[in-house]
Amino acid sequence: MAGRWRLALAVGMATTLAVSACAQQPSGGGATTAPGTGAPAAVRGAGGELRLVWWQGPTILNPHLSQGTKDYDAARPILEPLASIGPDGKPVANLAAEVPTQANGGVSSDGKTVTWKLKPGVKWSDGSDFTADDVVFTHKYMADKDTAATTSGNTKNVESVTKVDATTVKVTFKAATVNPYQIFTGPQGMIIQAKQFQDFMGAKAKDAPGNTAPVGTGAYKLTAGGFKSNDVVTYEINTLYRVANKPFFKTVTLKATAAADASARAVLQTGDADYGWNLQVPAATLKQMAEGGRGELVTSPSSNVERLLINRADPKAAGDARSEPTTKHPFFSDLNVRKAFAMASNRKAVADAVYAGLTGGPTCNIVEGVPAMTSKNTANFDVCKFDLAAANKLLDDAGWAKGADGIRAKGGVRMEVVYQTTVNAVRQATQAVIKADWEKLGVKVELKSIDAGVFFSTDVANPDTAAKFFADVEMFTNNSSEPDYQVYLANWISDEIPTKAKQWRGSNYERYNSPAYDTLFKELTGTMDPAKRAELTIKMNDLLVQDVVVIPLIARTQPTSGKAKDLKGILPNPWDSDLWNVADWSK
Amino acid sequence: MGRYILRRLLISIPTLLIISAVLFTILALAPGDPMSQFALNPEVPPEVRERVKQSLGLDQPLHIRYAKWIGGIVTGDFGFSFATRGPVTDLIVQRLPNTLLVLGVAYTISVLIAIPIGILSAVKRYSLFDYGATTMAFIGISVPTFFTGLLLIIIFAVKLRWFPFLYDSRVVVTDLNSLGQQLRQSIMPITVLTLFNAAQLTRYVRSEMLENLPQDYVRTARAKGLHERPVIARHVLRNSLIPVVTLIALGVPTIFTGAIITEQIFAIPGIGHLLVKSIFNTDTPVVLAITFLFAALVVFFNLVADVLYAVLDPRIRYS
Repeated sequence: MAGRWRLALAVGMATTLAVSACAQQPSGGGATTAPGTGAPAAVRGAGGELRLVWWQGPTILNPHLSQGTKDYDAARPILEPLASIGPDGKPVANLAAEVPTQANGGVSSDGKTVTWKLKPGVKWSDGSDFTADDVVFTHKYMADKDTAATTSGNTKNVESVTKVDATTVKVTFKAATVNPYQIFTGPQGMIIQAKQFQDFMGAKAKDAPGNTAPVGTGAYKLTAGGFKSNDVVTYEINTLYRVANKPFFKTVTLKATAAADASARAVLQTGDADYGWNLQVPAATLKQMAEGGRGELVTSPSSNVERLLINRADPKAAGDARSEPTTKHPFFSDLNVRKAFAMASNRKAVADAVYAGLTGGPTCNIVEGVPAMTSKNTANFDVCKFDLAAANKLLDDAGWAKGADGIRAKGGVRMEVVYQTTVNAVRQATQAVIKADWEKLGVKVELKSIDAGVFFSTDVANPDTAAKFFADVEMFTNNSSEPDYQVYLANWISDEIPTKAKQWRGSNYERYNSPAYDTLFKELTGTMDPAKRAELTIKMNDLLVQDVVVIPLIARTQPTSGKAKDLKGILPNPWDSDLWNVADWSK
Repeated sequence: MGRYILRRLLISIPTLLIISAVLFTILALAPGDPMSQFALNPEVPPEVRERVKQSLGLDQPLHIRYAKWIGGIVTGDFGFSFATRGPVTDLIVQRLPNTLLVLGVAYTISVLIAIPIGILSAVKRYSLFDYGATTMAFIGISVPTFFTGLLLIIIFAVKLRWFPFLYDSRVVVTDLNSLGQQLRQSIMPITVLTLFNAAQLTRYVRSEMLENLPQDYVRTARAKGLHERPVIARHVLRNSLIPVVTLIALGVPTIFTGAIITEQIFAIPGIGHLLVKSIFNTDTPVVLAITFLFAALVVFFNLVADVLYAVLDPRIRYS
């Protein structure tokens, strides 16, 4: 059902793009990467209305019951975490007086406890005091089994959160941890008011009035009746906000548009909006819209890598053995074959043709985003160089001979791959580029695209999920949600291999089983020294690339948002909400 | 007549029950997952996603979920939305005015212009007016609303900047100024929908008129010495309108359920917009409520059309 609407819309949108493309005149302009902080707002409320457009409409303002980024974003002008994660991956204090570190004694030397000092005198927008009790309650709410908070994952390593005094909170982890900021920071760490939510836990969580009208400590508060699900959210100044000369705008509206291209048009062409989130529009079109002159693009490098996953198990095995790790892929179990596929994947062509050098560039690293953790070795790897002749030779040498129809075969097995991804214009264009080159190797490539809601679902009954991987190759983007890559690198340890018995849970979709990698990961979990951790991260990245577990293609920028030319103060941040510093925005 | 209506109303109960069961089963079996946006987020591990799904009641067997849902509907409770965690009824009530405002106006205008155009086209068949009206009607029928909508946006919102590009549902008409604002933001969607609806209706009116014009009773009326105007208005038109009334009555449910494509394009937060967004979010309770309401309205307006038949056509008697 969803697929059909999506198709109808896609056709509609494609038509708009075509029409608008004809109407545009090319001129200069383009993307601006990471503009400066801009002048701070001098006078509270001096600005008029700040108009934001999101193409996924927020449906709830309680971030702990959120269903996606949109909800975290919409809650952010109202609610704050103890600390945001800044563009460089380092925490920036919000409700905390300072970021606890080992140096200032906030983090214990074994990394097991973190003591957060809160800013004194902070008030909720209803006039009551913000205290340590609210922080303790937020943890209780997140961790409550029956409340089923979507942020409860942040509490799994937490032993306890206790109040030391009115402005001090102590977090104790179950074990020594390398990331002391895994709770109460970033989009998932927003503090909710104990008074407002304490009677609405468990089964009653859905009845909380605060879900659509939370009381917060942020620069803005919700205008009375200002929340219309999936439509518009209206905010006004929180007069009790702790910084006297902020915020700059008198009101803020966050409006849901139909699709990313409508958002792009509103910001870049018509000027109906000042800021548009996540403009997932084909890069060439986006570039053209930005040349309209009203707005400009805001991007930042991120940890998002669009990659090809190579299935090590046999997706064609009979019955229950399909894609089970006990089976072996008929040709991808051979390193030389995998290498040949990697060498026939032209990431530069994809970057130029599909991402237009705007929303992403070619990469051969699976770990991207933090320079100290990004490998410089991969550039010299054979598998990272596009070389069709060498790729063909590898397959010849491996005994895969071309048949009469030009398709390679060996021992009765024909080299045919099913290459799947989600329904998405950018991905289908990428598939086409990759397919053309792989066919030059003598490989038969069948393309498949699946609705994203199905592809990423945990639906055990559906054969088309990414975890089941009933295909030879699949493609999507994944990223590290924090500037430390340990959680991300766990995606390739053998414990994470999905099986039917495990109901396909586990994130090692490639079914990569390498004692060498597992050992490195174990070493990483036991290492506290940042330099050593970076070294291990790079080593693991190199292993994944050289062993062709994945074929990294594009390092994508995030966010790729649009802003009006006169809007100041925006700091693009791949680690936190687009609105993480909305209190500082001005014109 | 009263007994007929009562009987029809009673028959509609099993009809609606069957519809509800089919809708519920299809949506329950459809692929999708309300938590799929978090699929790759390591901070929302699969066990958390499962727990959330349990809290939404998705772990219970199908028949139990259906029984609970249909039990709620009998008492007017459509359950709660997975996305907002609030009652579905609230969402529908919040959006109905937007849909009615745009679609209701468009529908009324299209009926008001389609009938005279259809009559004139038939009476002055093969005239310049008829050719003009026919051409417009064919354009209206064959050019999809998403195309006309986008065309209007590009001309009037992007190029000329006469009308706002984004619909603001918060506009409350209190004075001339806000009335102007409301008119400016709804004129494009209303035009698109009017063109589409009127085009179809015009063709119906025209062909019905043409079917009646050469009939014997028309010749008789003229032979009696009646002027052409009463012949057309009182005799031909009245008989031609019978099937048109059915068409109009059956179109009324679509006013309530929204114009899905048009609402999407103009970002009008109406029922159609809600339906699409809820499908994308796998917000099954909302999808169910809207589709079921639509079914109920179709059943109801079928009855209305049948009753109107009897009123308009004395030959038809229900007993």
